[in-house]
Amino acid sequence: MDFLLSFLNSLPGAAGQGLAWGVMAIGVYITYRVLDVADLTVDGSLATGGAVCALLISMGVNPWIAMLAALLAGMLAGLATGMFHTLCGIPAILSGILTQLALYSINLRIMAIGDASAKTKSSLAISVDRHSLLVSSRNIRKLTLENPLLLLALLVAAVIAVLYWFFGTEQGSALRATGSNSNMARAQGINTDRSKVLGLVVSNGLVALAGALLAQYQGSSTIDMGRGAIVIGLAAVIIGEVLLSGVFRNFALKLLSCVIGAIIYYAVITLVLRLGLETTDLKLLTALVVAVFLTIPYWKGKYFSKAVKPARKEENTHA
Amino acid sequence: MLDVKNIYKTFNPGTVNEKTALRGVSLTLNDGDFVTVIGGNGAGKSTLLNAVAGVWPVDEGTISVGGVDVTRLPEHKRAKYIGRVFQDPMMGTAATMQIEENMALAARRGRARTLRPGITRDERDHYREMLKILDLGLEDRLTSKVGLLSGGQRQALTLLMATLQKPQLLLLDEHTAALDPKTAAKVLDATERIVQKDHLTTLMITHNMKDAIVHGNRLIMMYEGNIALDISGEEKKKLTVEDLLAKFGQATGSDEADDKLLLG
Ligand SMILES: Nc1ncnc2c1ncn2[C@@H]1O[C@H](COP(=O)(O)OP(=O)(O)O)[C@@H](O)[C@H]1O
Ligand SMILES: [Mg+2]
Repeated sequence: MDFLLSFLNSLPGAAGQGLAWGVMAIGVYITYRVLDVADLTVDGSLATGGAVCALLISMGVNPWIAMLAALLAGMLAGLATGMFHTLCGIPAILSGILTQLALYSINLRIMAIGDASAKTKSSLAISVDRHSLLVSSRNIRKLTLENPLLLLALLVAAVIAVLYWFFGTEQGSALRATGSNSNMARAQGINTDRSKVLGLVVSNGLVALAGALLAQYQGSSTIDMGRGAIVIGLAAVIIGEVLLSGVFRNFALKLLSCVIGAIIYYAVITLVLRLGLETTDLKLLTALVVAVFLTIPYWKGKYFSKAVKPARKEENTHA
Repeated sequence: MLDVKNIYKTFNPGTVNEKTALRGVSLTLNDGDFVTVIGGNGAGKSTLLNAVAGVWPVDEGTISVGGVDVTRLPEHKRAKYIGRVFQDPMMGTAATMQIEENMALAARRGRARTLRPGITRDERDHYREMLKILDLGLEDRLTSKVGLLSGGQRQALTLLMATLQKPQLLLLDEHTAALDPKTAAKVLDATERIVQKDHLTTLMITHNMKDAIVHGNRLIMMYEGNIALDISGEEKKKLTVEDLLAKFGQATGSDEADDKLLLG
């Protein structure tokens, strides 16, 4: 009974984390599912978003502007990966790894900007007591407008609405076609290189925005806050798909299912932590969960091929 | 309408897999020409079409479409002038997108993609009408994913998409080869109707000599990366399969014509 109570007690926190990571998962969905590219930039761009946001807020900049700056920084990171891939012909995975690596150095520098005593910094604290933060885990139990869940939910809804609109436009459709069949896309006059770059830009912008939210939520940005982010993002996407792909067919709902996947992921994490696992064990657990969920559809297709529909990229449809 | 001058293409140059697929091909198509292309396996037919479409750059020579030199244009820019249907039914459509979405993408071929809606209500009605012409029941399935269609349905849809925006040049690469005979006949029938109706300049590869003779006003035969035979006008109208085999033997000095052509 105590155990159950303490678990329930920690659920709002899980929901907050899940909502912020949900924005990140939507970014991963855009590359992994819509564009059909595994983009590893995100581990770096999440931290970049956190670093830029924390830096600006600590300098007294309005938090909305700080988040906008984080979004733009993430888009720039996506642009770099896109250029490595399309302009330099480097495979997508490697392009992402290169940017991610470069961002490690850049993020250390960003967090030290304006600090005369250090050239690099591996973390930057922003306290809700001293700075104006939009979302803070400290307020997670308050029944006021300060509760971060409210703003996080609104932001998630706004992100989904904008993306739903965008992927219904001519340019968004071209992007989906590029991911679905790049041969067909080129034959229909679509510049597939540009589509890929655009997808990476949008995706990493969202990931950095999630980093900005997380930095405020937990009260600091750290250099390794994005470590393994791609796997958490994938976990959220896949959990959402496995549980909801049967009912959620509309594109907006598919994006929502990534967010729900992220919330469930954090609820489960909270549970296993209560059961006695260490936080440092979580990466192992996450990796195993993702491996299992990626294996299931493959084995199903291989050994029970009649039972499954060609579901792999079904979710690419808008509307 | 199409002017191909002396093009060469070698794949994997300098490796053990080096393969010269085009050896100085020149070909001029007049407005409204419907040219059928035959030739054995590996003769360079697909390579010729891919060169025109700009899948990769040619090593030498020039290509112009409708008077525009496209030799240096990338594939997606040439798409403005060229409609294509591939041999593989999977290649011409986006499987995870709806029928109407595929058509809307094709309707915007050669135009800048903006932030306007990817498909409008008026378009839908128009597409429904167009699909009725195919007579495959697709007009009631506008929002079905293309991945759910049969190979024949997908090829017919690709054909419709290639011609939705009237192309200056239509390239068909054995687009009925992967289909069962009945479906193949239906798709070929639709091809003939659309080409006639829109007076399209067309280059159609086929593995079937009879089809090559029946359709079009001109027939070319490829052999070892070049055009070995070019038959048009009255001569083409009177052509028989036997004629073709004999002519091929004369032109290439080879008696392997039967095997190569019939099997290829
Ligand atoms: N992309 C490619 N890479 C390497 N070799 C190729 C490629 N495309 C075609 N070839 C080779 O070029 C030759 C001509 O091929 P192709 O034009 O496809 O013949 P076909 O007349 O049967 O369509 C073949 O030997 C083929 O193996
Ligand atoms: Mg071929």
